[in-house]
Amino acid sequence: MNRHLLSAADLSRDDALLVLDTAAEMDVALAGRSIKKLPTLRGRTVVNLFFEDSTRTRTSFEVAAKRLSADVINFAAKGSSVSKGESLKDTALTLEAMGSDGVVIRHSASGAPHRLAHWIRGSVVNAGDGTHEHPTQALLDAYTIRRRTGRVEGLNIAIVGDVLHSRVARSNVLLLSTLGAEVTVVAPPTLLPVGVHSWPCAVSYDLDAVLPKSDAVMMLRVQHERMTGGFFPTVREYSRRYGLDAIRMASLPEDSIVMHPGPMNRGVEIAAEVADSVRSTIVEQVANGVSVRMAVLYLLLGGAMDGAAE
Amino acid sequence: MSGAWEIKGVRPLGGDPTTLYVEGGELVGERPAGAQSIDADGLIALPGLVDLHTHLREPGREDAETVATGTLAAALGGFTAVHAMANTDPVADVAGVVEQVWRLGEEAGHCEVRPVGAVTVGLAGKQLAELGAMADSAARVRVFSDDGKCVHDPLLMRRALEYVKAFDGVVAQHAQDPRLTENAQMNEGEWSGVLGLAGWPAVAEEAIIARDCLLAAHVGSRVHFCHVSTAGSVELVRWAKSKGWDVTAEVTPHHLFLTDDLVASYDPVFKVNPPLRTEADVTALREALADGTIDAVATDHAPHPLEDKETEWAAAAFGMTGLETALSVVAAAMVDTGLLDWAGVADRMSVRPAQIGRLPRHGQPLEPGSTANLVLVDPDVRWTVDPRITASRSRNTPFAGRELPARVIATFLRGRPTVLDGKPA
Ligand SMILES: [Zn+2]
Repeated sequence: MNRHLLSAADLSRDDALLVLDTAAEMDVALAGRSIKKLPTLRGRTVVNLFFEDSTRTRTSFEVAAKRLSADVINFAAKGSSVSKGESLKDTALTLEAMGSDGVVIRHSASGAPHRLAHWIRGSVVNAGDGTHEHPTQALLDAYTIRRRTGRVEGLNIAIVGDVLHSRVARSNVLLLSTLGAEVTVVAPPTLLPVGVHSWPCAVSYDLDAVLPKSDAVMMLRVQHERMTGGFFPTVREYSRRYGLDAIRMASLPEDSIVMHPGPMNRGVEIAAEVADSVRSTIVEQVANGVSVRMAVLYLLLGGAMDGAAE
Repeated sequence: MSGAWEIKGVRPLGGDPTTLYVEGGELVGERPAGAQSIDADGLIALPGLVDLHTHLREPGREDAETVATGTLAAALGGFTAVHAMANTDPVADVAGVVEQVWRLGEEAGHCEVRPVGAVTVGLAGKQLAELGAMADSAARVRVFSDDGKCVHDPLLMRRALEYVKAFDGVVAQHAQDPRLTENAQMNEGEWSGVLGLAGWPAVAEEAIIARDCLLAAHVGSRVHFCHVSTAGSVELVRWAKSKGWDVTAEVTPHHLFLTDDLVASYDPVFKVNPPLRTEADVTALREALADGTIDAVATDHAPHPLEDKETEWAAAAFGMTGLETALSVVAAAMVDTGLLDWAGVADRMSVRPAQIGRLPRHGQPLEPGSTANLVLVDPDVRWTVDPRITASRSRNTPFAGRELPARVIATFLRGRPTVLDGKPA
């Protein structure tokens, strides 16, 4: 594995499988224990550097690091260079002085983790950067798919919604295709990037045509600022054409699963009865997030199993 | 105090070796008495380079550049005249500011400074600035631009194009439709999609160029386009010229050399406006410069202090330095590739920009009677760009670490050396 996890493209197929297998071992190792802790990263320091509020992701990384016995520092950086707060570089130098072994960074600017990786010696884990990537989300999604269906390779997976602005979509297209899935992104043309036809996925504007052959459907959140940004006429029309309701869900193959990275807009991209159905993996995704992030921190900071360290 | 010089063995425009004589600020036919001698064996002489597009930052951002530091960088790059862009603070939109910039240039003495006047008050795109007053001032402004911003309002653009005819001025348009480029960060294409950066589509430049070609034709004015960056823009300019319209265009060295895949590093040293484009665009720009569709190379030298570049991409300033690397980059992109010879380089970097900017004493033939604005270039040396070694106050060169051909050995401004042995004279 690389020293950093900045993009899902950093992961070879073997790397990705190693993370998923390690996550599964973490689950097994913790399953019997009343105290859910492994001594693996004792003495190591993990900094959660969050320039953007995200209690869900920060908590997930924090729990993951603590279960590995790492020391965790939550560094909620108020503002950024954009809002004239402390610069990213100064923050990096501060972390460097504190001797952090790993930095988990969430930032509103695409590429901020790449910049950070230039300025510090420890490993950098991208926990979501702007409209670029969110590789641990893709790993936990792949892990969830594998646990539910037994495999990722050869599955047809639809990713539906605001692909243009979605870091979850970018990382998932890369990772799932690396793992051998057939990915189709589904969106109104206004919410697809200009270069999408060079991505390792198929592209469709028609959700109803894609659903009957989808083994997994991943619904993306519609951000509030897109609702008024002129990308589609109204939220109601978006929901009618690209939302997953019970009627549409019925057109899915029998064992198909429905995923959502959260937080959901119930009634917009996903209907409540779909989110709460047996097909939904939304709650498992949260739990799996901790296991996968444990695996990532372990492999990046603790040395690797099977001699796969850099 | 210009002195007398004998430049021996030099090859004017890359032609046969000869000796040039300089006296009283002019090229002369015979060796002047007491001339200092320069052994220019192997060197090429070009008319002093003329930059149509330089950000000297003074007044207002003296932390990034001053007229003195910027013009010294220009001299080291072989320039004898630069056009100082108007987006200073205060904006160069009145006679007082352009005269101040012009005077600072005269005092520094490295290079002739031709201030560019803003087209609209405060670059706000609402009301014409006092273009006539700037034209009539001591700075004798002939080029007007809201560079950094596009004169977007079509009626205002029409009026500006018409109005400057009264004093033989030209509007230099920064072609960028503002609505199509809101929050734009890089070229819209395959890389913007992958990198999750908001796209700056080619059409946002091309739509304005098409409109302004039509406007200029309609009112019978000349128009100049700053830093054209796309293959589509080249086609439009070629079409306008084929109609006989008085349209000119410039291209930057970086758009002749660098492509948008460099943004994958997220290093803001590659952040520039208009953005780096694709390989196909670079090819089209080189061909257009070679065949004369694009008239001139202009640096768009845009110095920024380190703290405005050592940030995440979205927070960083747009712009690259270019004065000290321009000639070498053009040599790499155009001469080494066989697209232009040195006479062609002289035409695109001196003769034509001097014509566009209405600078009679620049871009002249290297013959007796011409003003002695000239540069001596070693075409055979290769050098590696080190951003720490620069006369500019800023270091934001995208060419850091690259090995480039050709080096400026000496620059003469009105017969007086500003650079000798590659160093400030
Ligand atoms: Zn410009």
